[in-house]
Amino acid sequence: MIPTSYYLALSAVLFAIGVTGVLTRRNAIIVFMSVELMLNSANLTFVAFARQFMDLSGQVFVFFVMVVAAAEVAVGLALIVAIFRSKQSISLDELNQLKG
Amino acid sequence: MTIELVLFFLLAVVAIGAAVGMLLSKNAVHSALFLVLNFATVAFFFLFLGAPFIAMVQVTVYAGAIMVLFLFVIMLLGAEQLRQPSTVLPWQPPLTVFLAVVFVGAAWLYFANAGPGSLAAPPPFATAEAAGAFGSPQAVGQTLFQTYVLPFEITSFLLLIGMIGAVVLTRDDKKR
Repeated sequence: MIPTSYYLALSAVLFAIGVTGVLTRRNAIIVFMSVELMLNSANLTFVAFARQFMDLSGQVFVFFVMVVAAAEVAVGLALIVAIFRSKQSISLDELNQLKG
Repeated sequence: MTIELVLFFLLAVVAIGAAVGMLLSKNAVHSALFLVLNFATVAFFFLFLGAPFIAMVQVTVYAGAIMVLFLFVIMLLGAEQLRQPSTVLPWQPPLTVFLAVVFVGAAWLYFANAGPGSLAAPPPFATAEAAGAFGSPQAVGQTLFQTYVLPFEITSFLLLIGMIGAVVLTRDDKKR
C-alpha cells in the first residue's frame, strides 16, 4: 500500500500550483480553472483520509464539494460572460471599477 | 519499490505536469485540456484509494460536464488569449511562486519528519469482497441518505439557486 502522506504531499503540491495560478494569471477563465484545481486537491485529501480511517464520510464530503464546484462554475462562468459583454475582455486587470 | 509505488509516482508526475502545463499555457483552450488530463489522473488515485464511485463521478462530472462548460465558454467568447500582458502588480508573480515553494517545502518537511505514525499506509483489505464493498455506490449511497440527508437536500437548493443565478446573469438586458 502507498502511505497516506504521499497522497497528502501530492495534494499539497497541486494546491500550491492552484494558488499560484490564481495569483499570477490575469485571464479570468484560467483563474477559475486554478480554483477547480485547488478544490480537486482538497478532494484528494478527503478521499485519502477516508481510506486511512475507513470512514465513508470523507467520500460523501467529496460528493458535496463536487456539487458546490458545479454550482460555482455555472454562476462564475455566467459572471465571466456578463463581464465580457460589458468590457469586451476578461482580463482581471481591467476590472478596476465597481460601477459597471 | 513495488509496482503500486511505481504506478503512483508515474501518475503523480503526470498529474503535476498537467497542472503546471495548465498554469503556463498561453492559450486557455490548452489550459482546459491540461486540466482534463489532471482530473483523469486524480480519478486514478481515487480508484487506488478504494473510491470507485467518486472516481466515476470525477470523470463524468468534473472532466466531462464542468470542463466542457469551460471549453464552451472559452470558445463562445473567443477569449483564448489576452491581448496585452499585465503590467499591474509586477512584484506579485515572483512573490507568489516563492511562497508556493515555501508552502510545499513546509509540507515536505512535516511529512519527512512525521515518521511512520498515523500517516503510514493503511492496512490492506482482508478480502476482495471487503475491498469492493468500501466506496461502492451502495455504501456511499447508504452513508449519504442515512447520515447526510439534510445536507443532501440543501445541495439541491444550492443547485437550483446556481441555475437561476446563471440564467439571470446571462439574460439579455435589451429585451426587458
